[in-house]
Amino acid sequence: MKFGVIVFPGSNCDLDAYHLVRDVLGAPVEYIWHAERSVAGFDCLILPGGFSYGDYLRCGAIARFSPVMPAVVEFARRGGLVLGICNGFQILTEAGLLPGALYSNTSLQFRCRDTILRVENNDTPFTRGLPPGQLLSIPIAHGEGNYYVDPETLAQMEAKGQIVFRYADREGRITPDANPNGSVGNIAGVCNENRNVLGMMPHPERAGEALLGSTDGLLIFKSILEYWEGCR
Amino acid sequence: MWRAEIKVLLKKSVLDPQGRAVENALASLGYANVNRVRIGKYLEVTIATPDRAAAEAQVREMCARLLTNPVIEDYTFTLVEVEA
Repeated sequence: MKFGVIVFPGSNCDLDAYHLVRDVLGAPVEYIWHAERSVAGFDCLILPGGFSYGDYLRCGAIARFSPVMPAVVEFARRGGLVLGICNGFQILTEAGLLPGALYSNTSLQFRCRDTILRVENNDTPFTRGLPPGQLLSIPIAHGEGNYYVDPETLAQMEAKGQIVFRYADREGRITPDANPNGSVGNIAGVCNENRNVLGMMPHPERAGEALLGSTDGLLIFKSILEYWEGCR
Repeated sequence: MWRAEIKVLLKKSVLDPQGRAVENALASLGYANVNRVRIGKYLEVTIATPDRAAAEAQVREMCARLLTNPVIEDYTFTLVEVEA
């Protein structure tokens, strides 16, 4: 299985994602420059964190029109696995591949710290190796991670199992104090209806080695790999 | 030629953290009668077309595609005729 890490001008977590996949997960991975027009040969695309195009206008608003994006959209529509992390999540919502939008944290502060995520749906390619309700320690680093979606869409998403991660406290409770950015329902990650596209604000690629304080992020990448091997 | 003056605001249903902070600052300055502050963006876009209706249609299209995010934002605009 081959991973591709898309590099936009202003991406800054592309190296971390590449490192985790190649050196920790041990899977083949290549960078894909945003000016490419094809993603042929890849099995999972990662849209990394950063500040693509300076986040001008809105986060992800300009990156969503990068030359590579039509190929990414087509790849996703055909069931290809797409993982958007932080700025990558913002790009996926702007591109219409995921519902909702991300905007300014209610605190108005950039939050860079560990968070605890509760796994809400383990029937996705990204979480199938995890028991539901499992808590993961994965850091966030964002100023605009406040997830908004209108109440009707949210109800549909909940019914379809599209809420994948919520911010929780150490006991796994979904509380206002555990919510670092004001997201509706403490939402930290969502998937599309087909569950092949996942967007999350926390950075699993920064939590893949004991040296970094947590290896919980690696579980998501292992899950992707196991899913892929199970499909073959 | 037209100059589109576009105002973009977060929808009323979406909390505006910046507006809230400024609202609190005004309250602390003693403006007890201020009950809501909303902070948005103002954009000016000049469009080279003689036709007002065409300019209007183009502004709506640009707002839908790039200039605003309809999930969280609303916009209004006015067109002003300007010298080419």
